[in-house]
Amino acid sequence: MNLIYMDHGATTPVDVEVFEKMKPYFCEMFGNPSSVYSLGQKSKHAIEEARNNIANLLNASSDEIYFTSGGTEANNQAIISYMLANRHKGNHFITSMIEHPAVLETCKYLEKNGFEITLLPVDQYGLVSKAELKNAIKNSTSLVSIMHSNNEIGTIQPIRELVEIAHEAGSAFHTDAVQSMGKILVDVKELGVDLLSASSHKLYGPKGIGCLYIKKKTKIEKFIHGGSQERNLRSGTENVSGIVGFGEAARLAKLNLKSRNDKINNLTKQLQDTIIDNIPDTFVTGHPDCKLPGVLSLCFKYIEGESIILMLDAKGIMASSGSACTSGALEPSHVLRAIGLPHEIAHGSLRLTLGKDNTEKEIKFVANTLIEIVNKLREMSPLFLRGGE
Amino acid sequence: MYSEKVLDHFMNPRNSGNLEKANGIGEVGNATCGDIMHIKINVEGNIVKDAKFKTFGCAAAIATSSIITEMVKGKTIEEAKQITNKSVAKELDGLPAAKMHCSNLAADALNKAIEDYLKR
Repeated sequence: MNLIYMDHGATTPVDVEVFEKMKPYFCEMFGNPSSVYSLGQKSKHAIEEARNNIANLLNASSDEIYFTSGGTEANNQAIISYMLANRHKGNHFITSMIEHPAVLETCKYLEKNGFEITLLPVDQYGLVSKAELKNAIKNSTSLVSIMHSNNEIGTIQPIRELVEIAHEAGSAFHTDAVQSMGKILVDVKELGVDLLSASSHKLYGPKGIGCLYIKKKTKIEKFIHGGSQERNLRSGTENVSGIVGFGEAARLAKLNLKSRNDKINNLTKQLQDTIIDNIPDTFVTGHPDCKLPGVLSLCFKYIEGESIILMLDAKGIMASSGSACTSGALEPSHVLRAIGLPHEIAHGSLRLTLGKDNTEKEIKFVANTLIEIVNKLREMSPLFLRGGE
Repeated sequence: MYSEKVLDHFMNPRNSGNLEKANGIGEVGNATCGDIMHIKINVEGNIVKDAKFKTFGCAAAIATSSIITEMVKGKTIEEAKQITNKSVAKELDGLPAAKMHCSNLAADALNKAIEDYLKR
C-alpha cells in the first residue's frame, strides 16, 4: 500500500538536502560550539551560518534570532519572559481564543501567577477584529500575542494592522508564526512585530529546534538559566545538527517559496473542488482568501472526524481532525468552536494539509477514497437519516 | 490506541442498518456530547432474534455498537439485560480510558431497547 501524507500542518518530512547538510554534525564535526579549538569553532560557524539563513528568510538581523527547542519553547519564552521583564509597564496580556495550546496554556500559567489575561474572540473565518483589540487594550497591557496563521483552519491574521493598534497603545506585539514561516512570506520588518516564534519541522527541517525573533532593544528576561549560550538568553549546549538543518530548510524555503506554493495551491483547489462537488452537506472552514497554501479544513455533517481519519489511515492516507495536538481529546476543537460551529458540526471536521511532494495522482485517490468513506459512515449515522427527512 | 478487535469491528461493522421488524428501540447520547447510538432489536418468544444499529461517533462508538448487536443475538431478555458497558468493553479487549465514558454507551442503548420492548 502506498502511503499518502496529507498532514503537513502537524509536521513535515525532513528534506533530503537538509538531512545531507545535517549528517556531518553528528559523528564528524561534533565539537561543542563553546570550545575554542577548531572542531568546536566549526560547530559555532555552522550555527551562525544557519542563523543568517533564518534571519534572511524573516528579513531580520542575525543577532535578533535566538534558537530554542521548538515553537512551544519560543512561545513560552516570548510571553513569559517579556511579561516578567516588563511587569512595571503593566500586567495585562492579550491573545486570541484560537491560539495554539503553547500560547493558551502559557496564559493559564501567567494567570496563576497574578497576570491578567484577555482572550479575544474571532469571526466566522477565524479573524481577530481590530475593533475588539482596540477595545480590549488598556494602559496596563504590556504584550499582545496573535498567531500569524492558524494551524487548524489556515486563516492568516492582519498582523501589520494589529501591531499598529498595539504599538499606538504602547504595547509590544508577539506573533506565533510556527505555521507560516517557510510557507508564506513572513517579513518581521514589514509586520512590525517585536517578537516572533517559529519551528523548523513545519518547513521540512528537523524536529526539536525552533527560534525566537527578538527585535533589538526589546527587553526580555533570560528563560533557561545555565551557561551563556544564545547571547546569555537561553542556556544549554546548542543542538548543532538541528540548527544546521533548520538553517538549510530556511534557505531552501526562501529559494523555492513561489514554485512550492504554485503547485500546492493548484493541488489544494483540485482536491477542494472534487470534494465539494461530490459530497453534499460539506463545507470548508477558514478564510476563503487569507489562508495558508495547502490547508483544507472541512466539516462533513452527520459523521465524526476520528472515524474518517481511521478509515483514511486504513487506505494509507494520513490526515487529522482539528489539531493533531488535541486528537486524543473528546471535546471538539477550540478553534472550530470559536468560529461559531456547533458541537455536532465541529465533531465532523477533517484537516488535510498538503505539502511540496504531494502529486495530482494522490489528490485524485484521496478525493475518491473520501467520497467512499463519507458515504459509508453516513449510512451508519442516525443523524444522516434525520438530515434527510 | 485501539485493540485489534475494536479496529476490526470499526472497519467491518456487523449489523449496521435499519431493522424493519424491530419491536424494541433504544436511543442514547446527544450530538453535543459527541456520540449517538440507536439500537433496534427483534424479540420473538423471549429470545432476541435480531439486532441492528445506527451510530454517530468515533471508532470506539461504532465498534461497541457492532459487538453488542453480536453479543445480544440469541440471548433471552433476562440474559440480554445482564450485558453491561463494562462487559462490552471487555469483549472488545478493552477501550482507551478516555473513550470509556463517551463511546461505550452501547449497553445503555440496548437496555433502552429492552425496556421499550417490555412496554409494548
